[in-house]
Amino acid sequence: MPARLFYWLVFAAAAAPGGVLAWRAWTGDLGVNPAETLLHTSGRWALGILIATLAVTPIRRLTGWNRIQQVRRMVGLWSFTYALAHFLLYAVFNHLGDIRAIWADVVERPFILSGMAALVILTVLAATSPAAMVRRLGRRWRTIHRFVYPAAVLGVVHFAWGQKADIREPLVWGGVLGLLLLVRVAAWAGRPASRQVEVTR
Amino acid sequence: MLIRSRKSWELPYSAVTPEPIYRSRREFMRTATAGLLGAAAGTAIACGDADSAVGAQGRLTATRNAKYSVADPPNSFEHITSYNNFYEFGLDKDDPARYAGRLKVEPWSVKVDGLVGRPGTYGVDELVDFNALEERIYRLRCVEAWSMVIPWIGVPLASVLQKVEPLPAARFVEFTTVERPSEMPGLRVPVLEWPYREGLRLDEAMHPLSFMVVGLYGQVLPNQNGAPLRVHSPWKYGFKGAKSIVRIRLTDRQPRTSWPTMAPHEYGFYANVNPEVPHPRWSQARERRLPDFFARTPTLMFNGYGDEVASLYAGMDLRRNF
Repeated sequence: MPARLFYWLVFAAAAAPGGVLAWRAWTGDLGVNPAETLLHTSGRWALGILIATLAVTPIRRLTGWNRIQQVRRMVGLWSFTYALAHFLLYAVFNHLGDIRAIWADVVERPFILSGMAALVILTVLAATSPAAMVRRLGRRWRTIHRFVYPAAVLGVVHFAWGQKADIREPLVWGGVLGLLLLVRVAAWAGRPASRQVEVTR
Repeated sequence: MLIRSRKSWELPYSAVTPEPIYRSRREFMRTATAGLLGAAAGTAIACGDADSAVGAQGRLTATRNAKYSVADPPNSFEHITSYNNFYEFGLDKDDPARYAGRLKVEPWSVKVDGLVGRPGTYGVDELVDFNALEERIYRLRCVEAWSMVIPWIGVPLASVLQKVEPLPAARFVEFTTVERPSEMPGLRVPVLEWPYREGLRLDEAMHPLSFMVVGLYGQVLPNQNGAPLRVHSPWKYGFKGAKSIVRIRLTDRQPRTSWPTMAPHEYGFYANVNPEVPHPRWSQARERRLPDFFARTPTLMFNGYGDEVASLYAGMDLRRNF
């Protein structure tokens, strides 16, 4: 498969949920509580795609399929896009765009704070994702982008906190995230000693 | 001369849409969707059967009670019957509409026990006088901050309780929802303590606004809305209205009900609609009047029924007794 084709296939797959949602909104097919459908669906995809982003490097390491690496930034930016849409829908539908009401919600409710913190992190990561920024930040870029893990953890926490009674789905996402973190820790622990020295220097 | 001042939520009889217009709207929807349904033949037949069965034998005759009806335009039958919280059928809002058809509501019996003069097992028509049915257009405010307006059919809950003669010592009434795992797939998930239990203080239950519901839009109550009989006290959050009731128990102690048992810091026994007491995870100050996108409708104290019910809570701290 040509490299560009693979890239655009992944791009289309990540864009599809948004397209389906927009189509359902256009045709009035969002159900009795359309705002809730939009909010829940956008939030779910933001988290799902974020966790998919975190799976890219482990998949490359385990399978040796290096080409997958070229989609990582793009997939990550899609996660940010859904998260931003999720926030804007919340701001407009739940708070009618009232910034003070949103701020009050953030400071009063850990449930909202957890989601907002994840969004702030994703915003920083998106802003530092262009190649020029990667060059400019040098080694600091890696440090900044490790915050993707706290963002994903906050995303899972926010999802679980939002449930009224049943947290099975966020638990599944949390399990997948835990597994991906474990793979990273295992890779870190198992790397050659010489490199450890290099990093601590 | 009798001068009766109308309460803020009372609806002049002239403002109520006559039932035939609603009915014809349903007909129109049905005709319009018939073509679409025809494509998926199997589904179409199933839907058609269900609809005609309700139409043929499910009609109820009720007198509209304008005094206890709000002026807000009611939600459509489709909305009221396709967006439900009835966890015994599943956690998604469309699960009850999908699965509640499995619930066998005939025959039905209700066990009445506890502090009553006439304990026993009653049929639905022994508890509800079907010759005295009323239609009342109530606001339903869900604790999740959405609301609907629903034309219920039923009788005052007080009339049901009077039939079984509460003893002077009785202070609370507990309702238990049916628990049939073979007909209710949601019971497999232990999100709440099954069977579902709800309760009211006896004076709340005897209040004329507390309604024992048996129908909706001129029809027998659809299963997903709590057939064959469910309670609605419109000044309380929706979960206070027990559905598909199989047991009514009068007691002198506050019953241990399902939601406060599951999350005592989030759901109280009283659960009166109160814009000033937020749910720990969201504000209750405004609500989304479905199918509106925007949570722009201000939530009213006691869901707008304060003139009638505020006196029930005189001297009580409603922040503590939320």
